[in-house]
Amino acid sequence: MAPLLRLDGVAKSFGQVVVARDLSLSVEPGEALGIVGPNGAGKSSLFAMISGDLRPDGGTVWLDGRDVTGAAPHARTRAGIGRTFQVPRPFGHLTVFENVLVCAHQGAGLRGRQAQAHAMGVLERVGLAELANTPAGRLALLQRKRLEVARAVGTGPRLLLLDEVAGGLTEPEVAELVAVVRELHAGGLGVVWIEHVVHALVKTVGRMICLAGGDVVADGEPLRVLADQRVRELYLGAGPEAGAEEGS
Amino acid sequence: MTISHLLSARAARNVHVVRATRSAKLSAVVLAAAAAVLAALPFLVFSTVTDTLINLFVLIALASMWNLLAGFGGLVSVGQQAYIGIGAYSLVALADLGVQPYLAVPLAALTCAVFALPTSWLAFRLRGDYFAVGTWVIAEVYRLLVVRVDSLGGASGKSLSGLSGIDATLRGALTYWIALALALATIAGCYLLLRGRLGLSLMAVRDEETAAASAGIDVRRAKLLVYLVSAAGCGAAGGVITLSSLSVNPDSIFSVQWSAYMIFIVVIGGIGFIEGPLIGALIFFALQQLLADFGSWYLVLLGVVGIVAALRLPRGLWGLVPGPSLFPIGYLVRRSDGPA
Ligand SMILES: Nc1ncnc2c1ncn2[C@@H]1O[C@H](COP(=O)(O)OP(=O)(O)OP(=O)(O)O)[C@@H](O)[C@H]1O
Ligand SMILES: [Mg+2]
Repeated sequence: MAPLLRLDGVAKSFGQVVVARDLSLSVEPGEALGIVGPNGAGKSSLFAMISGDLRPDGGTVWLDGRDVTGAAPHARTRAGIGRTFQVPRPFGHLTVFENVLVCAHQGAGLRGRQAQAHAMGVLERVGLAELANTPAGRLALLQRKRLEVARAVGTGPRLLLLDEVAGGLTEPEVAELVAVVRELHAGGLGVVWIEHVVHALVKTVGRMICLAGGDVVADGEPLRVLADQRVRELYLGAGPEAGAEEGS
Repeated sequence: MTISHLLSARAARNVHVVRATRSAKLSAVVLAAAAAVLAALPFLVFSTVTDTLINLFVLIALASMWNLLAGFGGLVSVGQQAYIGIGAYSLVALADLGVQPYLAVPLAALTCAVFALPTSWLAFRLRGDYFAVGTWVIAEVYRLLVVRVDSLGGASGKSLSGLSGIDATLRGALTYWIALALALATIAGCYLLLRGRLGLSLMAVRDEETAAASAGIDVRRAKLLVYLVSAAGCGAAGGVITLSSLSVNPDSIFSVQWSAYMIFIVVIGGIGFIEGPLIGALIFFALQQLLADFGSWYLVLLGVVGIVAALRLPRGLWGLVPGPSLFPIGYLVRRSDGPA
């Protein structure tokens, strides 16, 4: 079986800043991969290249063995990639429910009652059901982050891309989020999760990579990656968890 | 989709989604009654009244189309007069070819949609302010092209043929009904379009384009569709204007003043509300009637009202009205927290 996601020699730089240097990576169906790395390492840019929002300078992106390098973002969503944005981008004049419903319609291809039930199910799962009728523009930051997760799941993805959705949450909230992601993963979803709150990752993912300067500097079992000398140095010797405050 | 089934099975039991509230159904009845009364007016009042009302209906139609484009599609155009002009000239040209002018109105709308398609390839390359200015330039280009066609009357315009056989009173009444039908059709069309899945996508695109694409929305297609619909609506309005004036003049039909009117009406009434253009057009129309005697002061006063409204009422007059919408396009979730 072809990997769910495969990046092959992906390269991207903004002038002098290299965000991806000949980067290759693959995610198997149903795998959960964690990504850590210092600020500015190119993590979010990597997501943008997977989702189609950012065009790589070179290399190929494969989804299910299909070359999607030239595909538009909406086509990739329909093909099964659901992403969140690190800085939330809600549809401000739509209600929370409508924000997810439009994803159910356009991303998951659902209609009528089915779409509504799906959207509501997602909202209940991420804890936004109480706010279903609130205009998304009125949400506080943490609720906006939840809405990002709800929308990404709302598109009915097979690959879920989460970008720092745990930053700023309290411990019980992090635990709740971990439970949600674990449940989605258990349901067969492939997950790639960028996170500075490393303990949340460790509880969720089976594999971790560390990105820095556009390169994968470590790849493997989460605790081993975190123990890696280079990874520790990148986080100034304090371990990735210390970066959590600035990262959110 | 296992995830979807997993999640929705849990929610479906105690969730109830409503679209139209009871008051909205009531307002639909009231609106239908108002439309019936308006339709009967040619039998009840002098033609001077119905002739002025044609202006109001045209303004409602134009403002609704601009509101659809800018208020729901996020495409702030100052060039919709391009389609008013093309619609008007299509009507004149079709009438010359022997098409009954009243029946030519929908054809004028269609012609505008056909012109709008290649125009969009150009206009959609521009964003924000550049899009606004670009659409204006495109309208000017269309005017310059039309003026060069001798068979369309060149710079002095052309009169409408094909209506001379009809009695003037009947002609006035027919034009009135067509104008009324146009106003009703644009409002109903906006409502139906926005209420559907496409409307929701459109509003998502307006609010956040990048996120809309990530939601699975074909952003370009959504924008194109609303642009074509708006062009067709403005084209039909251009046709009705010509039916009423019985001639077309390139400078006035392609005038940017139409855009100024549309923007004024929508800003006053409330951008992004289907009710906005209705309220705004009524106020604009009233101001026009009241201030017509003041000469150029009339324009100054309109300008002042417009600026005050834009600064003081960012959501327009309809934004001040509490309570439910007359045209509910949203979704209201009602949860009954019974046993799951
Ligand atoms: N559109 C852009 N134009 C120019 N530079 C950019 C652009 N997007 C990102 N960058 C730069 O590329 C680098 C990588 O950015 P990116 O957002 O991918 O980092 P990140 O690993 O997600 O960091 P963080 O942990 O802070 O979110 C940064 O130096 C950023 O300033
Ligand atoms: Mg980032």
